[in-house]
Amino acid sequence: MPTSEDYKGQVPAWCPGCGNFNILSTVKEALVELGIEPWEVLVVSGIGQAGKLPHYIKCHTFNGLHGRTLPVATAAKLANNSLHVIAVAGDGDCYGEGGNHFLHAIRRNPNITMFVHNNQIYGLTKGQASPTTAQRTHTKIQPYGVLAEPMNPLALAISQDCSFVARGFAGDQDYLKELMKAAIAHKGFSLLDILQPCVTFNKINTFKWYRDRVYKLEGEYDPSDRLKAFERSLEWGDKIPNGIFYKNERETLEEGIPAIQEEPLVRQKFSIEDVKHEIEKFY
Amino acid sequence: MANTVATGAALGILDLGLEAFRNVIRKAFKDKGEEVIKDNIACAEAGYHYARTNCPRCEAFGIREPEYRRLMLIDGVHAIGMGAVMSGCKFYSGYPMTPSTGILDYMASRAEEYNLVVEQAEDEIAAINMAIGASFAGVRAMTGSSGGGFALMVEGLSLAGMTETPIVIAEMQRPGPATGLPTRTEQADLLFVLYAAHGEFPRVIFEPGDPKQAFYLTNKAFELAEKYQIPVFIQSDQYLADTEWTYEKFDLENIIYNDYRLREKDLEGIEVYKRFKYSSTGISLLAIPGEAGKHLVVADSDEHDEEGHIIEDSETRIKMVQKRLLNKLPLIKKEIEPPLLYGDSSPKIVLIGRGSTYGVIKEVVDTISKDHKVAMMHFSQVYPLPERDKFDYIELLEKADLTICIENNATGQFAKVMKAETGFEFSHKILKYDGRPFTIENLKEELHAYI
Repeated sequence: MPTSEDYKGQVPAWCPGCGNFNILSTVKEALVELGIEPWEVLVVSGIGQAGKLPHYIKCHTFNGLHGRTLPVATAAKLANNSLHVIAVAGDGDCYGEGGNHFLHAIRRNPNITMFVHNNQIYGLTKGQASPTTAQRTHTKIQPYGVLAEPMNPLALAISQDCSFVARGFAGDQDYLKELMKAAIAHKGFSLLDILQPCVTFNKINTFKWYRDRVYKLEGEYDPSDRLKAFERSLEWGDKIPNGIFYKNERETLEEGIPAIQEEPLVRQKFSIEDVKHEIEKFY
Repeated sequence: MANTVATGAALGILDLGLEAFRNVIRKAFKDKGEEVIKDNIACAEAGYHYARTNCPRCEAFGIREPEYRRLMLIDGVHAIGMGAVMSGCKFYSGYPMTPSTGILDYMASRAEEYNLVVEQAEDEIAAINMAIGASFAGVRAMTGSSGGGFALMVEGLSLAGMTETPIVIAEMQRPGPATGLPTRTEQADLLFVLYAAHGEFPRVIFEPGDPKQAFYLTNKAFELAEKYQIPVFIQSDQYLADTEWTYEKFDLENIIYNDYRLREKDLEGIEVYKRFKYSSTGISLLAIPGEAGKHLVVADSDEHDEEGHIIEDSETRIKMVQKRLLNKLPLIKKEIEPPLLYGDSSPKIVLIGRGSTYGVIKEVVDTISKDHKVAMMHFSQVYPLPERDKFDYIELLEKADLTICIENNATGQFAKVMKAETGFEFSHKILKYDGRPFTIENLKEELHAYI
């Protein structure tokens, strides 16, 4: 069985007090508790403070381009569907630069997990507005405040029948771990949006701000009811629900591809002898 | 059935016999049943006999019935696709764009038979990132587009360069800028593909002259991509993509397949696997994540250390640039074959071409060679330019009186590459940028200005 020592990576270069530290230690605990070994998991990340996460754990890592985690993660899963594939990105990475890939990953439904460190700001580039920054927030390049409405990633995902939609908070690690484990274990594309305070550039959405607002969806809440889930995903402001909003068991992308039903593509032997007859089709 | 009657009549006018056409009908309508075949053959015969009976003057057209040979019929996109399948390509991602769509179509049509995964991406950015993701995860992967779509892939190309992820990219040119002439042909993306992407990393560009070259060069593209862990381009154009050629055969004994990817048993004795370990060749061991035992595979788009983790220090940066780029370049250059010389072996006139102008230049050389000491010099392995040790093509060009570079673009892009890389400047250029391929007649006419 793996231990958290097996997942010990490099020393993080995040600001002291950053919400990312809590997410990092929670990811490790979740993987250990699920019994997943470091060589069984591939973390694909983009660029941003969140994108550094795989360097700070120890596992297969592809730290690619800003916004492009999901195409890499989806294809890696198709090439080797025996790997656990986790995509990690920030709100700018997943919902801004990578917005189109996010929509189409929901449609395709690969059996991968998407953790979005949602701090409602750009941290790496020092404090510009992200797609989830509150309207009228002032930044250096939004002197009149952000004019656009913030994006609601959960409502968007539910509207597109995303296979698993949840929200957690970096300040409640026990519950976050449960949500991470459920997201990784779920068969299908799992979105876990994680509220993550940025202690340097977001002076509004602080640990306290979130603590005063977050609450867990009720025990009797039924995550299979899509319309109800959509309604609850619209709650934001004085009260912010956390938990599994919605899940369904629809067919995954991999299940629909005949080539990988018996064994992963990566294990299939190739010999020219097996394909030589192709040339006969051109006579 | 009207076209069957018409074809029969045309064969009757030419006095060519009907046997070959009957076979074509039987093959074409095989799935539609005996009755359809029978009716179509009857139509062909009716057309044939009508022409024979009612056109006595057609005797003048009569040509001898040829000796039937079994030939391959194949166009550029199918040759590239078949080259990929026979090179062990298992993953193709693309977004439809003329004239590259044929490769995507072909790969999808063979997915079931050869266990391929073919994904229509949401855009070309996703297409190249998918190919990179699949290749990183351990399978041979390819993507393709035309110039506009490739423009969207450029950051991904740089990612493949930085992470040393092998990929093959088909760049099928059409006239630009922007949407340009979507269904026409041009060779105006050479400099774009050569210089696309930020930063410095090795790349190889092939430009096949015909479908047979396209087949073998696609195979070589996969070999070099994986051997050196670099992006390799098959660059072509609408003209070659959609033009069908006949051949006796492709010699499949010449197909290269070396699996450079390493699994658990290949890594025995290695204590800590480092994906980007320094080496004099610049090539590090390419392990498959999840198939390499407990070894971990780490890749980063940031500058990284030997293990693949993000770094900032200048010493590591210098060593990585040397490993990734400078150490590999001379080895890659040695893999590149010299240009093909066709015609006179010490020519006074040299017609230089690359890619799809191969056929037309060759034929023009045939037609003018009785009056001139002329040769074609055709480049299909365009970049890096080949070394001069096997064939000193620069010396040959220097000895000629006229060196005329023939290109389907407005600025002579290959001539620029030649001058920049070797210092040699062609004496003349013949350029065509109307969106159409050269014909023998117009190329000969253009040549009259010089010879």
